[in-house]
Amino acid sequence: MDVLLFLIFASIAVVCGVNVVVQSHPISSAVSLIGVMGSLAVLYLLLGAEFIAAAQVIVYAGAIMVLFIFVIMLLNAGGETRRGRSFLAQLLGVPLLIAFLGLMAYFVQQLFPGSPVVHFGAFQGGTAQAVGRALFTQFLLPFEVVSVLILIAILGAVVLAQKEMD
Amino acid sequence: MTGVPLSWYLILSAVLFALGVAGFLFRRNIITVFMSIELMLNAVNLSFITFSYQLRQVNGHIYSFFVMVVAAAEAAVGLAIILTVFRNRSTLNIDDVSSMKN
Repeated sequence: MDVLLFLIFASIAVVCGVNVVVQSHPISSAVSLIGVMGSLAVLYLLLGAEFIAAAQVIVYAGAIMVLFIFVIMLLNAGGETRRGRSFLAQLLGVPLLIAFLGLMAYFVQQLFPGSPVVHFGAFQGGTAQAVGRALFTQFLLPFEVVSVLILIAILGAVVLAQKEMD
Repeated sequence: MTGVPLSWYLILSAVLFALGVAGFLFRRNIITVFMSIELMLNAVNLSFITFSYQLRQVNGHIYSFFVMVVAAAEAAVGLAIILTVFRNRSTLNIDDVSSMKN
């Protein structure tokens, strides 16, 4: 069951990830990116990270992607015009990419020989309670710093995006 | 019940990161370039969560939470910059935004 769920959602993530890169229209890329983020949320759940999975759906797939889609619609971004690619690039591009990814997978596999298996439910430390406890005790200072950072980012976004009043 | 080897998660993370790098390098639309960066951040988050599972510690979750917060801040500021660039130049093609090149 674990393997099945992993394979289904990993292939969804990879297919949507490829789609992000190859689609010419930004809105198609954005929708594919939402697919990647949703399937990654399921994988986080399989790894026992309940809180991060919820935050992934709410923050990434919810807030950030809505921001992206707003900007795409606001700017009326059209499709990208294809530039002429050389014959060699068309011929070798996809096989070289597959070879590169396969080589990378091989090296990661070599780095972790006899790697332990992931069982759903074996790690219970990712609940909102555990994450909150670590966040407000051990990581209190980074948490406060990052809240200041996001305040500055909001102010910066407002300043940058406002219309100049004459 | 058989489980999934840990390295499969890391391979998936590496593949998604490589796709993000490819999108960042090959795309010409500034919004798509930005989305490729988000894809890379997501791949790194998956690595953090996987190692957090392996070490049975919650620290990786905290780091990926911080990555999410920084990504949100970055998206807000970056999209504001994209809006400004579009307002000034009426283009989203990164080849046309090259005034710092010369």
